[in-house]
Amino acid sequence: MNTTLQGKPDYIRIAGLSKTFGGGSDGVLALQQIDCTIQQGSFVTIVGPSGCGKSTLLRILAGLLDYEVGSVVLDGQPIHGTRRDVGVVFQSSILLPWRTVLENVMLPAEVIGLDKKEARERAMQLLHMVRLDGFEHKLPRQLSGGMQQRASIARALLHDPKILLMDEPFGALDAMTRERMNLELQRIWMESGKTVVLITHSIPEAVFLGDKVFVMSPRPGTLERVLPIDLPRPRTMEAMSHPVFASASATIRERFSHAASFD
Amino acid sequence: MTTAMLTSNAASATQPDDTTARPSKAPRPRRANPLASTRVQSILLLITLLGSWEAAVRLFKVPKHLVPPVSDIGVALWRGLATGPMAKDGFWYHGGVTLSEILLGFFIGGGIGLGIGIVVSQMPKLEALLEPYVAALQSVPKVAVAPIIVVWLGFGIGSKVVIICLLTFFPVLVTSIAGFKAVDPDRIDLLRSLSATRWQIFRKAKFPSALPYIFAGLNMAAAFSVVGAVVGEFVGAQAGLGVLILQMEAQADTGGSFAVCVVLSVIGILLTSLLRRVQRRVLHWMPADTSQRTVNV
Repeated sequence: MNTTLQGKPDYIRIAGLSKTFGGGSDGVLALQQIDCTIQQGSFVTIVGPSGCGKSTLLRILAGLLDYEVGSVVLDGQPIHGTRRDVGVVFQSSILLPWRTVLENVMLPAEVIGLDKKEARERAMQLLHMVRLDGFEHKLPRQLSGGMQQRASIARALLHDPKILLMDEPFGALDAMTRERMNLELQRIWMESGKTVVLITHSIPEAVFLGDKVFVMSPRPGTLERVLPIDLPRPRTMEAMSHPVFASASATIRERFSHAASFD
Repeated sequence: MTTAMLTSNAASATQPDDTTARPSKAPRPRRANPLASTRVQSILLLITLLGSWEAAVRLFKVPKHLVPPVSDIGVALWRGLATGPMAKDGFWYHGGVTLSEILLGFFIGGGIGLGIGIVVSQMPKLEALLEPYVAALQSVPKVAVAPIIVVWLGFGIGSKVVIICLLTFFPVLVTSIAGFKAVDPDRIDLLRSLSATRWQIFRKAKFPSALPYIFAGLNMAAAFSVVGAVVGEFVGAQAGLGVLILQMEAQADTGGSFAVCVVLSVIGILLTSLLRRVQRRVLHWMPADTSQRTVNV
């Protein structure tokens, strides 16, 4: 086990979670019997091929999707509906095009009703953290894809949520930008001390970022395996050539090909 | 204006790099031969066309009640404009009546269309229930009921306003429903993830997202409102530019009719350009598209 996490309380407990879309015989089982825990302050990555239900799991954690079977407890309270101690980063940045970058980052403050002045200060700090100083008053379309996604991370952190849920946030970026974003995200996570759950279909991304990697397999979506990644932080790109990295990647890849053989 | 469009296009075309991004400066417009400018050329074209019109009418001795020379239209225009605001044979009085009908019809019809569009869009069941009727009513030629409206409401301004409302209501209703339907569901999810209220979701995501569609409907409505006013006045009215055209044609004053048409065109152009100005301000965040440029000329 990752020694740095020992003694930390469980932040999320998922037990016997199943989710079916549609009813009757046409129903599609998206998640089957998911059991897992996520510790406070840890970085968990969920990796799996498309259709393994990983986005469904994240939407349930975000409270955007309800579930009928099983239980999902966040910070001691069962999740039913959205909550304000959660920050979500979506696949695309979803910046509102009519708002400037700063106004976009301030959106949670307006919705939740936080103090405008404090929120503005915090927004400026966060924009500095995601290295967007000087772009506060630009419109989203004047930013590159990577910058837009960084702005959306700043927005997700504005209301100081305890947990950050990220749904394939870098999927639309080119490989170079993506690697840089992974390094930045690690830095942001280490600075902010949040619990992060990140969904990805990239095995290197999952291993590079995760304290633990949840490996999921499709049809129906099941949690195949929880893989602890015992690599020191902060991890650099060189960590990718570490034997631990290689063996973890190989294990996951093997799981995937195993699952694919059932198709 | 053309240069403004060009610069904003150039700004949107340059996607800044992740690290070295700096919004690029617009290229300076080049000072060139004035004859090379499109605007000057199009004015020259207009002068040429009007000149050949004048020449042809005089050369071939076309009867004035069929096609008057341009100079006659100019004289009629001057005579019509050189009148007091309340003179019953002047353009100001009749133009004022027509303009009030247009503005009232545009705002009432467009407002009701937008209001119902918003309400219907927030209730998917109601929307599904009404959809076939809206589609069927939209294809009814609204001007066909103009005589009925005049019978119901009389020759006053009210019947004209109602006719214009009928014409402006549907485009705004249909485009606003389409606009709310086209809202990116991710934007709604984003606000939902923050536990936003229905009203917050509407105000911060849905309504601004639907605005480009709503403006498309308003532009249509503006053009229709001028048509509706004239048609309504043709059918039956005591005052208005449509009435003036009928009166002038009864006296075989075709030059006068043309002059009124010029006044109507000016009203139409002013209305649409005013609306476009509002649109550009409200939708300042949208990249200027080429379609807008062609419509603007």
